This record gives sequence, structure tokens and C-alpha cells, in this order.
Amino acid sequence: MTFFIEVLVGGLLAGVMYSLVALGFVLIYKASGVFNFAQGAMVFLAALTFVSLLEMNWNFWLALLVTLVVMVGVGVLTERIVLRPLVNQPPITLFMATIGLTFVLEGLSQMVWGSQPHGLELGIADVPMEWLSQKWNINISKFDLFAAAVSGLLVAALALFFQKTRIGRALRAVADDHQAALAVGISLQHIWAIVWAVAGFVALVAGMMWGVRNGVQYALTFTALKALPVLILGGFESVPGAIIGGLIIGASEKLAEVYLGPYVGGGIESWFAYVIALLFLLVRPQGLFGEKIIDRV
Amino acid sequence: MKRTTLALACIALAAAGYTGTAAAQAKEQFVPANFYWVGPYAPGGSGIAGGMIDYFKMINNKDGGINGVKFTWEKCETEYNNGKGVECYERSKKHPPTGATLIHPLSTGITYSLIEKGTADKIPIVSIGYGRTSAADGRVFPYVFPLITTYWSQATAMIKFIASKEGGTAKLKGKKIVLVYHDSAYGKEPHAVLKKEAERYGFELTLLAVPHPGNEQQSQWLQIRQIKPNWVILWGWGVMNPTAIKAAAKIGFPRDHMIGVWWSGAEEDVIPAGSAAKGYIAAGFNVSGQNFPVIQDIKKYVYAKNEGEMEDKSRIGSIYYNRGVVFGIVTAEAVRKAQEHFGKGKSMTGEQVQWGLEHLNISAAELKKLGATGFMQPLKTSCYDHEGGGQVKFQQWDGTKWKVITDWITADKALVRPMIEEDAAKYAKEKGITPRDCPKGG
Repeated sequence: MTFFIEVLVGGLLAGVMYSLVALGFVLIYKASGVFNFAQGAMVFLAALTFVSLLEMNWNFWLALLVTLVVMVGVGVLTERIVLRPLVNQPPITLFMATIGLTFVLEGLSQMVWGSQPHGLELGIADVPMEWLSQKWNINISKFDLFAAAVSGLLVAALALFFQKTRIGRALRAVADDHQAALAVGISLQHIWAIVWAVAGFVALVAGMMWGVRNGVQYALTFTALKALPVLILGGFESVPGAIIGGLIIGASEKLAEVYLGPYVGGGIESWFAYVIALLFLLVRPQGLFGEKIIDRV
Repeated sequence: MKRTTLALACIALAAAGYTGTAAAQAKEQFVPANFYWVGPYAPGGSGIAGGMIDYFKMINNKDGGINGVKFTWEKCETEYNNGKGVECYERSKKHPPTGATLIHPLSTGITYSLIEKGTADKIPIVSIGYGRTSAADGRVFPYVFPLITTYWSQATAMIKFIASKEGGTAKLKGKKIVLVYHDSAYGKEPHAVLKKEAERYGFELTLLAVPHPGNEQQSQWLQIRQIKPNWVILWGWGVMNPTAIKAAAKIGFPRDHMIGVWWSGAEEDVIPAGSAAKGYIAAGFNVSGQNFPVIQDIKKYVYAKNEGEMEDKSRIGSIYYNRGVVFGIVTAEAVRKAQEHFGKGKSMTGEQVQWGLEHLNISAAELKKLGATGFMQPLKTSCYDHEGGGQVKFQQWDGTKWKVITDWITADKALVRPMIEEDAAKYAKEKGITPRDCPKGG
């Protein structure tokens, strides 16, 4: 039983890490209907810029601030150069544009900062909490709890931003109906630039957490693959959906790997997450928290 | 008349120029640099490419090439992708003056894709420390050279190392060893050998697959926590390595009981894992460090002239860089050997270099001359044996650098060679190949 709890809790905490990446996707999709394939590349760019500045002996907070500025810059430029010329184009065109953006960001990041992996420490050790190990024989990492707390704070901040600020309300208006939002004087370009900048900030947070876990290297771009089943399950437009989806995917893939894996040769967790997501699609195509689409015909 | 003379002079000059170019080309030895400088495996590809090219530059600058024949190369980005690897091969195989001398595919997948092509085109496929292990049987695979030490040899050397730490092979009985492997053909390569070793010595072997890319390993390491193994062997690549080391720390598994394959044993694998990597052990067929005369020569004859490949000079002497230098040494010595047989001072064809690769004899005395004593192991190949070395050193990460902790440990060839021959015979049967007649051990 102890082992089951350990696997379950470990899975939930791993799921929080997936949610961090999924949040970036949700923000952009919610405001612009664009599935941003480049979110993984943004995570990589943010983490690589931050760690490279740290390695140049920059102060932690200054490095964080400058990276944030870089990510906001990337967001604004993306809106200007990639999205604005494609306004009113079909969603598939915008999606293809973000695929192109992925390769540009990956290439630029490596051109500027090199392709070497870097270590990143945030001062919180990724080791089990001793008292929990000794008393209950359960291994929970301090860093996993820290990442969960950061995710919680991020979701709370985003919820406040969406609900309580003028920009947040404008964002929701754009998400609900582009035409209506334009009619009441909300600038679509302005909103898109803001949302891409916020997604850049989320990418920075995700990059820092994943960077501590695996090192900062090109493979950070693969974190996007972990977010996809979370999005399918939680819904592309829901911030709470990203969190709940992450928890379900994290827990179920770990339990499957540990309890089903040995019977089928192991290594099943990466595709098992998609099995769960596809099963959800069959019964709830819009995801757990996605908006139900009703077409009048 | 004057006009005719002038025209004839022009023709003569052009002809002289042409023969001059041909002569200049004839004094070149082309080696394709089909590696990867971008993508998830760029740290390995760029380091090895840098080491090999720098070695060629050093040989050109210091000795004027091999008996006056200078090395040339052309870079082609394979992105560790089979399709692109084959494309690069096709592009480079007819390069003047003699076509590709040999190919280092630097990917087990690309190696597999080139086995038949290289054999048909008579271009040796040299896979140092990777590729198809059974290609060590030169009777079936005349143009494939999994040189120095194969994966199977390495796996047996790992068990020997573990036995030495446990107090002898008899003490392995009842011990638990877990193999955490990249869920790919590469990761599955040691399964058969380790299973045989487990049967032979009575240890309990558990195989745990990690799906690509390996950036999430919590479930595997929770299982390891439950199994409580004595040793963990890590057969990873790229991000899987630091993630595994960190995951080991997370469950409190001692890093000094964790042994990585040589593709899990570079600075790039431990630095991202930070302090968690301290004490971690890895196998290697080359060592790190700058204090070898061969590396000093590269610094003197290449970097002092600002001709070096590595932008980040701190990578000179790293595991991957030095591995590239080993690639360079083996290539250069194969060309030298071929020249001794087919004519000094001439550019060698792939077919001639194949002969050179089959007659390599880099003895301890030769290594000393090359400034590589202790840097790599002596190497003696034959028509029968395309592996040549079969030894492994183990090194431990002390938090800042690799420290060699053993001498060369010889693989269990008595176990490995029959397996190689069995697999090669199966391949020969499938492909309708009649094995060459090569004397055993000669």
C-alpha cells in the first residue's frame, strides 16, 4: 500500500510539471484559437537564456528579469511578424506558422547560446524528505513539492489576471468572440501580443522547473509532447483543465508503468498517456473542461 | 603561326594546370565528416566531430599529412537521422580524388542503413563503440568495423568490474542488477549478453525500459527503490542520462553503484545532473584530459594558429572530444597502413583503406609514438576480427572531472565471440552471403 501511495503521489507531482507546460498552450489557444506548436521551443529558449546568463555570473534576479524581457520580446515579435500578417487565415495556416516558429526558435537558441547541456540549481534539492521517508517509508521530493507550489501560485495568478484585471477581461472577451470584442474597441493585436508575452513568462517558469529536473538542453523542447495528452484531456481552453488533466495523466501513466508495464515489457508510460487522452476524447471530445461546441444548423 | 603557337601554349598551360590540379587532388585523402551539430544529440556529435577534424588538422600541419597526403573533409549534418545519414553518405561517397576513404556514421541506426551500401560501394563503415556488434565477424561483414570495443564486450567488462567490487565472480550469486535502458535497438543491444551472464553467475537481472527521450523516469526509479538492487547499469543517451542520475539521487540510490555505458559517461551527462552526479561511474574506451602529448600537439599545431574546431576551448580534452581524436587516430593509422601496402604518398581508395583497417596494429609502442599512451587501448585487427581491442576503463565523476579508477579491463571474449559468430552466421544465411575464409586470430 505504501508503494502504491508513493507511485500515486509521485505521478500527481509529475503531472503538475506537465501542467506547467500545458498552461502556455492553453493561454494562447484561449485568446487566439491558435495551437502554438512552438511552446516547447519557448520553454527551451527561456531556460537556456536564463541559465546562460547565470553562467556569465549575472545576479539571479537580473538574469530572471532579462530573460523575461527576452520572452516578452519574442512574444511581441511573434505577434507582429508571424500572426498579424495571417489574421483571418484558416487555423491550420496559423498552426503551420507556429511549426515554422518552432524551428526558428530552436535554431536561434542554439546559435546564440550553443548546444551544450547546462546544469541548473535553484537552491532546493531534488532529494526525498527524510522525515517522510523515515516515518512512513514514502519518498517525496522537496523539489516536487516546490514545483507543485509554484504551479499553484501560477494558476492563482493567472486566474486573478483573467478575472480581476481589465486586460484579463479583454482577453476573455477576445476568447469568447473576436468580432464582438473588436466591435467594442478591443485591439486584437494588442491582446495577442500580451497573451504571447504571458505565455513566454509561463514558458520561463516551466523551463526553470524542468531545467532543474533534467538539465537545460535541447530535450526541453520535448516537454511539449508531455503536455499534449494533458490538453486533450483537460481541454484546450481551460486553465483548471490543464492542472486537473496534468494530475490525471501523471498519476495514470505512472501507475500503468509500474503495475501494467512489467506484463508487456515496460516503457509504456509515454504512449499510455495518449491512450487515456483518446479514451476521454471518445466520451468528451472537448476535454474535461473545454467548451462544448454547439452549431446551429 | 604566332596565333597557332599562342593557342598551343594556352592548351599546354591549361593541360599543365589540369594535371597540376589532378596531382594536387591526388595528394589528398578525403574523409567525410557526417556528424550532427544541432538537435538533442549535438553535444556528442559536435564534440566527436571537433576532435576528429582537429586531429586531421594537426597531422596536416605537423607532418604534412600521411607521407605527404593531406587529409580533407566535408561536413554534412545528419541530425542523427537515418534518412539524412544515408543522404550524406551518397553525397560524399564519390568525392574526389578517390571517393570517401571510410565513413563514421556516428549512429547505430545510420550504421545499419549503410551496411549493405558500404559493402557494395567498397567503402568501409567504421562504427567505433556503436553499431552492429556481430559485424565484428569480418568474414561476413568485410566492410563494417565495430572497432575497439563492442557493446557486448563492454557489458561483460561491466560485470567483471562489478565482480571485482563485490569480491569476485562467486560473490555475484544472489545479487540484484538492474539494467535501465533506452527503449530502442541501441538500449536492447546488451540484453542477450547480460542474460547469459546472469545465468552463468547466478545474479538476478531486471530490465527496465525508459521510453524516448527519457526525460521522465519516476516510475522506473520507484520500481528500482522497490527492487533494492546492488547495482544499476545505465544504458542511456542524451537527456536520459542526467535524468536517470537525478532520479537515482531522488530515491537515495548510491551513485557509486550506478555504472553508465560509454554513451552515458561524458561531461554532458553529468554536469546537468549537478551535485547528484558525484560518485557516478561510467565505462569508456577512451579517457578525458588534456595532459596527453597528442592533445598538446593539437593545441600547439592547430589552436595556436586559431584553426581549431571548438569554439568553446574548455571542451578540448573532454570525453567526446577525445573520442573524436580516437576516431582520427584510427582513420589516420588505417590510411598509413594502406599506404605501406599499396604505395606511400598516394591517395587511398575505400577498398585499399579496408585492407588497412583489417591490418591495424596500433601497439603500445605505436601509441607512445602517437602521444596516446593511456589515452586509448592498443588495437590489432584482422580479417577475422573487426573489433580489435575489447577493453574498457572505468571512471568516476568527482563533481568536477572524471577520474580513472581502473586499468583496462578485458571483455569476456570467450563468451562474446561465439555469440558474434552465431548472429553473423544468421545474417549471412538471411542475405545469402558466403563468409570469407579468414584464419582464426589472424
